[in-house]
Amino acid sequence: MTQTPILLVLLLALSSAAYYFGCKRAFRVADGKIRKLHSLPGYYGLYVALWAALPALLILCAWLLFQGSIITRMVVSSLPESIQQLGPDRLNLVVNDIRNLVSGNIVSGQPDATMLAAAEYYRSLLSVCRNLLFAVVLVVAGLCGWFGYSKIRVQHRARNGVESIVNGLLVACSTVAILTTVGIVLSVLFESIRFFQAVPITEFLFGLEWSPQIALRADQAGSSGAFGAVPLFAGTLLITFIAMTVAVPIGLMSALYLAEYASARVRAVAKPLLEVLAGIPTVVYGFFAALTVAPFIRESGSFLGLDVASESALAAGLVMGMMIIPFVSSLSDDVINAVPQSLREGAYGMGATSSETIRRVIFPAALPGIVGAILLAVSRAIGETMIVVMAAGLASNLTANPLEAVTTVTVQIVTLLVGDQEFDSPKTLAAFALGLVLFLVTLALNFVALYIVRKYREQYD
Amino acid sequence: MTNPSNAQPGGATSFARIQAGMAKRRAAERRFKMLGRLAVSVGLLFLSVLLFSIVSKGYTAFWQTQMRIDVTLLADEIDPEGTRNAETLRKADYSSLIKQSMRDMFPEVSGRRDKFALYGLVSNGAAFDLRDKVMADPSLIGTKVSLWVPADDDVDMLMKGHIDRDAAEGDRRIKDNTLGWIDRLKAEDRLELRFNIDFFTKGDSRDPELAGIRGALMGTIFTLIVTLSLSFPLGVAAAVYLEEFAPKNRWTDLIEVNINNLAAVPSIVFGLLGLAVFINVFGLPRSAPLLGGLVLTLMTLPTIIIASRAALKSVPPSIRDAALGIGASPMQATLYHVIPLALPGMLTGTIIGMAQALGETAPLLMIGMVAFIADVPQGVFDPSTALPVQIYLWADSPERAYVERTSAAIMVLLAFLALMNLVAVLLRKRFERRW
Repeated sequence: MTQTPILLVLLLALSSAAYYFGCKRAFRVADGKIRKLHSLPGYYGLYVALWAALPALLILCAWLLFQGSIITRMVVSSLPESIQQLGPDRLNLVVNDIRNLVSGNIVSGQPDATMLAAAEYYRSLLSVCRNLLFAVVLVVAGLCGWFGYSKIRVQHRARNGVESIVNGLLVACSTVAILTTVGIVLSVLFESIRFFQAVPITEFLFGLEWSPQIALRADQAGSSGAFGAVPLFAGTLLITFIAMTVAVPIGLMSALYLAEYASARVRAVAKPLLEVLAGIPTVVYGFFAALTVAPFIRESGSFLGLDVASESALAAGLVMGMMIIPFVSSLSDDVINAVPQSLREGAYGMGATSSETIRRVIFPAALPGIVGAILLAVSRAIGETMIVVMAAGLASNLTANPLEAVTTVTVQIVTLLVGDQEFDSPKTLAAFALGLVLFLVTLALNFVALYIVRKYREQYD
Repeated sequence: MTNPSNAQPGGATSFARIQAGMAKRRAAERRFKMLGRLAVSVGLLFLSVLLFSIVSKGYTAFWQTQMRIDVTLLADEIDPEGTRNAETLRKADYSSLIKQSMRDMFPEVSGRRDKFALYGLVSNGAAFDLRDKVMADPSLIGTKVSLWVPADDDVDMLMKGHIDRDAAEGDRRIKDNTLGWIDRLKAEDRLELRFNIDFFTKGDSRDPELAGIRGALMGTIFTLIVTLSLSFPLGVAAAVYLEEFAPKNRWTDLIEVNINNLAAVPSIVFGLLGLAVFINVFGLPRSAPLLGGLVLTLMTLPTIIIASRAALKSVPPSIRDAALGIGASPMQATLYHVIPLALPGMLTGTIIGMAQALGETAPLLMIGMVAFIADVPQGVFDPSTALPVQIYLWADSPERAYVERTSAAIMVLLAFLALMNLVAVLLRKRFERRW
């Protein structure tokens, strides 16, 4: 890894030199008369510089991506037969040990001769690789730079060349978004499929018991582990429901008030202040929920003679609702402002009061957009992680009582994946299955919401 | 409005009916307006309660109780051979010297348990402070020095009034005899609240009085550097392509829908992506700011693309037409004329995206940036945490002293966020142009 920055600096120097020589050659072939050239001399320089840098950079990236796995495979195939016959997880341990030997870390147990030999082999491969990489990258940069250099003529269309390369780069950048989505889908899908090979999908979606414990011994109590996710879905929905009962009335009413009643000054102060609520990191809300709101609810509950769990769904939901208020209000504000003024004036002309106009005319007219806004807020609440991780429970509990502790999908993903994991146990894979469900549900909600909002905009445009 | 006196008989009754209903309608109007006001004030109330609870819990963390101790630096203990070489000085047993000085201060204390409680008044970090002092100036050896060292977190909590000294002895973390010692130290002016520099200069620690945010802050800074240097060029390039060059077809439609959806995907899903792809497939180092930066790049990219497109859209077409009219190529018109005009808007969007990335926690939990790491990271490959993750870790710690530190760390985080948003607002105000 350490040689990469040096290599990058070298490449940068090389392409700067290429720029310089490209410019010079352009002047030379035009006998100093720039007007004879097809493009400005700088474009010739850029053309050569891009030729020198880009192919070499591509090779460098590809090399770094695959170097590790190829070296590992070569080392493994050099190991004696007896070690290669081990299962994949044991083999992994061996490879880890070899790597630790190479980097001089502590290894498990006393390394034997074969291990030392393998480590030596690994080390030699690494150094060969490093030298080879240097040579290949620099030679490719030089050759390609020379190729670009040799193409410079008076008639050569350097600007068009440079522009099409830049265009290609722009296209590549815009596909990153697509690649991200593909990456998300593939990463959760593959692990989920492995999970559903161990646990049937119907049991996962409809099972009523969730206790993702994997036994260390076969005869341990509850050794099988139960992966019925219904309690998680129920818990998520309960907390989301509480959050929405807080956020929707407050957010909607403040949007209506700020859009229809408030003076410009009040609006200028209150609107940004409300939006501060959306800018506060969720971990702060989590801390607030766990240390201020939950004890408060618990104490007021016991004052009223109610038994409130210290990690009640109510506390998490309440705080999540707080967080979502500005989400609902600013989205509905946009929607309300999009209602044409003529509708308002028509209603006032008929003698309706402001509140009647809002309730009978503006609200119905804005309803589709508001529904879209609420759906977006729901998807936000479902995917919210830190508040529930810090303030909701860990144990699954199938209940509709907001005073009890429930757990959610995101909480389980975090608890299953934080810490050391083995990637062949259903316990870890279950997190990816939950991630898949989460992704699909929020995707569907967003899709519907954006569709509704867009349709609604078209209606008044 | 018609005059009621010349209206039809039926009109008169309907007018009366309307009149009768007016009081009710006006009341409904007032009620509705009140509801609106109530909603806004409840929202603002939430905000103020939140901020107040954080500040009131955390402001005390910026001060830390220090204790003045007089230590006799016995040459026999530190450097029996008198070589004064750095290795010997580093390895000397300074904590026994500190224990000795505590015994000197309270000669009457006897019994193992009491002595243990007495030694506990001083933080474990005191020995390191003493070592640094001696190593900086070896000529001190053999003399008696007086220095301020951090006191234990329980002493600190008592000094700040977080431990109720009137509670029954069994309910309190500090026992009666310890309380007596502390009072005596206070009477001798040996205990003092001082500005807590350690909080900003030290890494995480298991001892609350020694824990600082420097490590987490550096981790956050490295992570954000990676995020910024990747997401700004990528986001701007994607926005420029989609807004200026992309043909209107299925493929670009797909990209558009995709970006809008990605903006609303829960952040934890990006963490799953990082875990499955960056760690398991590409083998990037776990817990490293590089990895965190990559994941946060993917997460903030949609925000930046959407904001940059809006900025590009607000540049009037006449600019493009003028450039094209004097013979610029479309690429030249965009690069030299449209982008410079849209740049303030793009920067504003980027800062807002960075602020989002700064506060993000969940994806970082997925990629292992939650370990206990006491060292301050030196680069993007070192294992580290980030500021929001540090808040999450401290919030889980049971000691009372971590509560105020968590709140203080939150204040630092919020201050950074406020600063970034302020810059974004100023940038927008300064360069906003109405065409």
